[in-house]
Amino acid sequence: MSKEKIIVVGNGMVGHKFLEFLSEHDNRDQFDVITFCEESRLAYDRVQLSAYFSGKTAEDLSLVEDGFFENNGFKVYLEDKVVSIDRDNKTVTSEKGEVVAYDKLVLATGSFPFVPPIPGKDRDECLVYRTIEDLEAITHGAKTSKKGVVVGGGLLGLEAAKALHDLGLETHVVEFAPRLMAVQVDDGGGAMLRSKIEALGVTVHTEKNTKEIVNGDDSKMRMEFADGESLETDLILFSAGIRPRDELARDSGLEMGPRGGITVNNNCQTSDADVYSIGECALWDGRIFGLVAPGYQMAKAAVDAIAGDKESEFAGADMSTKLKLMGVDVASIGDAHGNTPNCKSYSYNDEHNEVYKKIVVSEDGKKLLGSVLIGDAEAYGGLLQLMLNDMDLPEHPDSLILPQREGGAPAGLGVDALPDTATICSCNNVTKGDIIASIDGGITELGELKSCTKAGTSCGGCAALVGQVLNAELEKKGIEVNNDLCEHFAHSRQELFDIVRVEEIKTFEELLAKHGSGKGCDICKPTAGSILASCWNDHIMEPSLAGLQDTNDYYMANMQKDGTYSVVPRIPGGEITPEKLIAIGQIAQKYDLYTKITGGQRVDMFGAKVHELPLIWKELVDAGMESGHAYGKSLRTVKSCVGSTWCRYGVQDSVGMAIKLEERYRGVRSPHKIKLAVSGCTRECAEAQCKDVGVIATEHGWNMYVAGNGGMKPRHADLFASDLDDETLIKYIDRFMMFYVRTADRLQRTATWMDNMEGGLDYLKDVIINDSLNIGEELEKQMGHLVDTYQCEWKSTIENPEKVKRFNHFINSDETDNNVVFVKERAQIRPATIKEKSDLIETVEA
Amino acid sequence: MSDNNQWTSVCDASDLISNIGVCAQINGKQIAIFQLEANGTTNLYGIDNQDPFSGSNVLSRGLVGDLKGHDVVASPIYKQHFDLSTGKCLEDDSVTLKVYPVRSNEGKIEVAA
Repeated sequence: MSKEKIIVVGNGMVGHKFLEFLSEHDNRDQFDVITFCEESRLAYDRVQLSAYFSGKTAEDLSLVEDGFFENNGFKVYLEDKVVSIDRDNKTVTSEKGEVVAYDKLVLATGSFPFVPPIPGKDRDECLVYRTIEDLEAITHGAKTSKKGVVVGGGLLGLEAAKALHDLGLETHVVEFAPRLMAVQVDDGGGAMLRSKIEALGVTVHTEKNTKEIVNGDDSKMRMEFADGESLETDLILFSAGIRPRDELARDSGLEMGPRGGITVNNNCQTSDADVYSIGECALWDGRIFGLVAPGYQMAKAAVDAIAGDKESEFAGADMSTKLKLMGVDVASIGDAHGNTPNCKSYSYNDEHNEVYKKIVVSEDGKKLLGSVLIGDAEAYGGLLQLMLNDMDLPEHPDSLILPQREGGAPAGLGVDALPDTATICSCNNVTKGDIIASIDGGITELGELKSCTKAGTSCGGCAALVGQVLNAELEKKGIEVNNDLCEHFAHSRQELFDIVRVEEIKTFEELLAKHGSGKGCDICKPTAGSILASCWNDHIMEPSLAGLQDTNDYYMANMQKDGTYSVVPRIPGGEITPEKLIAIGQIAQKYDLYTKITGGQRVDMFGAKVHELPLIWKELVDAGMESGHAYGKSLRTVKSCVGSTWCRYGVQDSVGMAIKLEERYRGVRSPHKIKLAVSGCTRECAEAQCKDVGVIATEHGWNMYVAGNGGMKPRHADLFASDLDDETLIKYIDRFMMFYVRTADRLQRTATWMDNMEGGLDYLKDVIINDSLNIGEELEKQMGHLVDTYQCEWKSTIENPEKVKRFNHFINSDETDNNVVFVKERAQIRPATIKEKSDLIETVEA
Repeated sequence: MSDNNQWTSVCDASDLISNIGVCAQINGKQIAIFQLEANGTTNLYGIDNQDPFSGSNVLSRGLVGDLKGHDVVASPIYKQHFDLSTGKCLEDDSVTLKVYPVRSNEGKIEVAA
């Protein structure tokens, strides 16, 4: 049987989602798939477009997995678009002259930004905000501009305003309606939103109708408004709504809506049964859906209709939204304006904290119809579920928006009340039932749950709700979420940390006697050792602490498979003088150590026997070196590229900053190892984005990334803050590291720690940048204490004969371990294999 | 305890630090010695120093404690636990190390091996 040919016109977010759904469909082998992509790039995340200005690259935004087209055998025409459809012969013709036959045609042509017909709108400085090319034009235009105006105060308009603001322009928003986000929020919400956005330095002009754009006096242009006022500007961005790109369908005679849009039915089929349309170009029930989630649902419906078997119909979509605009939480649910006849509303307006909340309820007060939340949108997930599932409201609906005071009952209804069919994550269409199925499958951690169901991984709006479902289900199954460290302590690491700090506990014995049982083990002892070090920073070899240390910490070296140790002196930022390099070489030569360059830009010396460690370190310390803490769960290295000092491209002194950071955080004990890196420009040669804290130089300062790691499950770090000066960078890293040290689980890297946090990156930003827990100063103080009390563990050890005495293989003999045998390979030593050992011993005995 | 054991003195009792192991060499044999002290009780133990999983002589450098009521040492290499009273490996039934009586006698630590 020959395969059916599907052509998808447009490789935007929705067109690509169609391809993804199709590639996962059971019947995928029955189709030949071709797609046309008019842009020079394959599908990318337009929702996150503004992230382009805060350092994300076009590659970061790409939605196309490596090898997606090749692996699925899908053909793509890049930078070519379909210009006509011949529905009688079932072919399409492209701009470059390709004529391709189809059995099924899918139009995913999207939309274009509406530019009002204002005289002067075609000037070079008038731009739109839709594609990466648009962003490049904006960046370019901003270089010669001081002032910028966004026409349109809707959702996208405010995003665009943030972009201009971030580019350093004096930014204005001009809105035709009397308030911002007129579609989504009511007057009260609009007023609060305006005041919050103006506080951030963006000027808002409402009820302004632009008549004409003419040459300016002080700036390049002047906008003349209908009310006689005017505004000068160098750059204009139009963001006055979108219009469906339906010309192709119109020309081929498909049925259209009176105001545009390609008419589709519940299967996303147009008036031609072999032609489908999905996304922002499609008109369903007289409506265009300008959000990505409904577009994805359409893609699913179309795939199911074309590939057969399963039926999923598009049944309209809820247009509720929650987002962060310029750092301000904004959410709108259902009938936000209270248009339903006889509905009633409750509102809460806190001008001090700048929070506005409103709910619209049915006439009988039993059902939620809509809501507006500004400044605090935490209630969004719960409220949305109440409305979508038509659930009964609590007796006093106002409790849903009134602030919780201490001792008060938690507002809203528990997640238990939600039916299994409730959609928890609308971006990825994950229901409560899907989440429960995963939990039934054995998942008990939020991070795992997110990566397995994809819930909460796109916009993140539902992350808190996902966490609540997880906790409720685990509780129901009788699975106690057991954070106990081990059988000796019925406490999590975080709890123990607080106990040690608050009760000023200085020894493991005291901790065990007061809060534990038994004698301890190889889990709780090193954990306690690390906590005691983070709190009080006493020398780890003190008799009361020494017994808590893993062998690596105890001998301050890394044990290798044969029981010998490796030695790593600190080389801050990877910068080392020839003198020190020679000293390392001479010491390695003297003790016959195997040397290797590490990934962290230093030198590792292997094959040291226990008794040699103090001798080797005496020489290293004499040569001006100090412990590299390669053995500890602690800061390892701060890797750097060579930076602006030497590099043609560097914009900041990355080596200088790396040394500063490494010398600040050296020796800080933590739940797991911590790695940092500093790159001197955006080329990122230090690979900072795979570190717990990555710092990348910009023209204006430093971008800070957090929670990356390499290893078994590599993860790129997330952008945390942009264009920081030295002082603020260090302040944020102080807080980030100390918050991690205080709250993470044992052996939990920063990535897992953050992913398991309800609210994830945004929550962390709140704690560290906005100091939402009011602990910023305390964290800095605690880090300051660790910095001030730093000592080189090796220097103080070799100065203490009692401590040096412990570095002997035998207590009753000065002999060394005859089981340690080396052979030579590539001119250096390595441990002998078992066979080599027995051969060698035979030879000796013979 | 058999009378055949020859008690060998290996160090002063004051040389031992509680809960930190040392290694003694007796007739070419390496024995890890531990003094476990917790909650007011003190126990002395001796066990083969060789970790059977790596073949390295390192058990004296393992962390000690108790698991489910049994005093144990954890191998510093691959982290298996060995019961200090019986020598049994908790993670692998087929592995049992030799254990040696240890006592404190007139200020000296003595091992029967």
